[in-house]
Amino acid sequence: MKRIVYREWHLAPQRYWGLLALLAIVAGIGGLAFWYMEHQGHWVTGMTNEIVWGTPHLFAIFLIVAASGALNLASIGTVFGKTPYQPLGRFSGLLAVALLIGGLLVLVLDLGRPDRLIVAMTSYNFRSIFAWNVLLYTGFIAIVLAYLVTMMDRRLRAYYKAAGTLAFTWRLLLTTGTGSIFGFIVARQAFDTAVLAPMFIVMSFLYGLAVFILVLMFACAQDERPIGAYLLNRLKGLMAIFIAGVLLFILIYFLTKLYGAKHYDLVNYYLVSGGRYTVAFWFGWVFLGLLAPFGIILHPVLGQDRRWLAGACALVILGGMASLYVLVIGGQAYPLSLFPDQTILESGFHDGVGGQISGYAPTMPEFLLGLGGVAVAMLITAVGLRALQLLPESLADKEVDPHAAVKA
Amino acid sequence: MATALVTGGRVILGLAGALLALAVQAGGSNFVIPGSQAAKEQRCVEPTDFMRRNHMEVIKHQRDATVHDGIRSTKHSLAGCIACHVAQGPSGHPVPVNDDRQFCGACHEFAAVRLNCFDCHATVPAGGPLGPGGGAAPAPGVAPGTPLPPGHPQTTVR
Amino acid sequence: MNNPSEAIDQGRRGFMRSAAGVATVTLAPGVLLHTLANAASPGPTAGEPRAVQVTDQVRYGMLIDTTKCAEGCTACVSACDRENGLDLQTMPEGADPALWDRQEARWIRKVKVQDNLTGKVTNLPLMCQHCEHPPCVDVCPTGASFKRADGIVMVDRHLCIGCRYCMMACPYKARSFIHTNVEVKLTLAPRGKGCVESCNLCVHRRDNGQASTACADACAAAGHGAILFGDLKDPASPLSQALAKLPSRQLRENLALNTGVRYAGV
Repeated sequence: MKRIVYREWHLAPQRYWGLLALLAIVAGIGGLAFWYMEHQGHWVTGMTNEIVWGTPHLFAIFLIVAASGALNLASIGTVFGKTPYQPLGRFSGLLAVALLIGGLLVLVLDLGRPDRLIVAMTSYNFRSIFAWNVLLYTGFIAIVLAYLVTMMDRRLRAYYKAAGTLAFTWRLLLTTGTGSIFGFIVARQAFDTAVLAPMFIVMSFLYGLAVFILVLMFACAQDERPIGAYLLNRLKGLMAIFIAGVLLFILIYFLTKLYGAKHYDLVNYYLVSGGRYTVAFWFGWVFLGLLAPFGIILHPVLGQDRRWLAGACALVILGGMASLYVLVIGGQAYPLSLFPDQTILESGFHDGVGGQISGYAPTMPEFLLGLGGVAVAMLITAVGLRALQLLPESLADKEVDPHAAVKA
Repeated sequence: MATALVTGGRVILGLAGALLALAVQAGGSNFVIPGSQAAKEQRCVEPTDFMRRNHMEVIKHQRDATVHDGIRSTKHSLAGCIACHVAQGPSGHPVPVNDDRQFCGACHEFAAVRLNCFDCHATVPAGGPLGPGGGAAPAPGVAPGTPLPPGHPQTTVR
Repeated sequence: MNNPSEAIDQGRRGFMRSAAGVATVTLAPGVLLHTLANAASPGPTAGEPRAVQVTDQVRYGMLIDTTKCAEGCTACVSACDRENGLDLQTMPEGADPALWDRQEARWIRKVKVQDNLTGKVTNLPLMCQHCEHPPCVDVCPTGASFKRADGIVMVDRHLCIGCRYCMMACPYKARSFIHTNVEVKLTLAPRGKGCVESCNLCVHRRDNGQASTACADACAAAGHGAILFGDLKDPASPLSQALAKLPSRQLRENLALNTGVRYAGV
């Protein structure tokens, strides 16, 4: 295997600055949406006292989960010593940090009192997984940056493996923390299960990989850097495994709910009678987000077409948003079991009268805030690629495939 | 980043304090609003110089004692500040203390220090006493606070 | 405010006075000095603001006798709204009334439920249950959601960042988020955009030596007397006596939260 040469992103200035301007505009619109929501209060969103976490949280959680997943490519190279992945390590670290910052930004800007961020940074209740997450998220950024330095500075090569292992452990903790936000909630039937923590880890593998492949293909195409079929095939294989993993965890989730206690009504709601949440589950998450991309990447013809591969990644991302919609919004919309075995006939506070599920109609500012976070993540990635030597000059088979010489 | 924020905050506070000191020197010594209860008093709950520089610490200390320990008897209650420093407008209604030319508002405007208290706290004595002096604001014959719907626990004189 | 039903529970008051004495003896010397200074003034009597720290010698709670709760009566709800300034919330201009109805803060509501098997219909008021082990306190990242020594679960809105995790965690949907600017506020019930709040058992009344809560008073005044407020730790309190006699239970008792609000007849 040859020595990998990393180079800054060499786009024509017009193209680079044009891309930055486009992303900055989207981020700016997100900023305006934040300002509007902050100034008016949350009444301008579709969020209510029932659906307390809405669209901004879908974007935020997706970005945070994808961030830890995007680091996987580096981890596979460092921790598990798979050499074909090692050239991707630097880019993987950059993307992970960028996605996390974008996600955190959305989360923070949706707070009722974003001006009190300093309180969140200085006053901790360590019984709360949220407080731990503040440390896990900020720690992740610091650790991955250090890991990046060990990848890029030859003098620190001795610490490379240790930093990579720490980053890998930390990202597992981070996603466990994110899944536990929901897993620890005893009040709501849809949450309240420890299986959500590993489920979020597998989801992060998948969503992070899909984002990684898409951005990598875009970044290389812009700079006319080749990606060999060998690498893409390996990434595709990984993706197929992760899709199967998510499907398995969906099955475990529902089996847990069916077996653990009387939650038939909840399972019925998700799988059959939940209206838009049932549609989002079957069509958005399972079909579009899992089965369709699975079919595409394993298809003998379509699977070899890079446009179809990019499409499959896009589907995984859409399905990822659908999965969070089903889990986070759907989980809140399902009425609390205030009076087991009794039906609520009337309520002065929308307590799921007659088992009715809560409505949620997101408004434009919520979407724009979320998109703003995505734009910030991409902005950081673009600047990082341009300023630093993160992307290999070539990911062609002869550079990456350890057996390329033998094959030739 | 947190440390940077805290440091930045301290620098800003320090500058604001310096400005405040300047303002005090420039404007003489009396800033109470004519017509308020405070104007009739000889002194504040603490020496005036001390209150000028430390009122926020005093209020913050009382805030924690009240919210977490339920202590409402001390002289440092925010409700007490408002009751004493609120001015009566021409119509007999109290004028919010954070208005531009009022006790809290005027000084914070000058010092450019954002006033957070009144995001949540009432700016005129309304809705019953809290702590000593909390309900003692309006002189007899003066209409109580902002008009409230019938049946509200109105400001009472104890 | 001059409600005749607001007779002061002398037994509880006496207990509190002795509890304060115990606290004085046991607390740190510095605090002792402070307490002695306060003791120079007349002791805590009716309508007198609290001078000493709340202690866990007291645990406030309620018994709601659903057999006395009248269908269609919302006296407790309107009393709470008035007492805590919830009726001063105004719908923002341009808001959708149906959506705003789900965004407005409410501390107590009436619920009517029917047993699926027996068909028995029960009316009851539902509010924060003031758990001994409150999930909202566990999940709050900043410690803004807390339990006072006397068992009242409340929000320190100086620390609340508006993340709404407590609302996700509460099994009783007791909490509300303030979705818009609040123009008119009461001195005794501060309220502001972007924070979460819920029933605090009329904490201002507790600290000013009043006997009961607005909802309990209103229920009594309406002639139902379905809400009994008092000290769960004082065996002589009317609340404890009633709880000893009447079979009662906690809502969602499977969660083992040891709620301070108990229900009879559900």
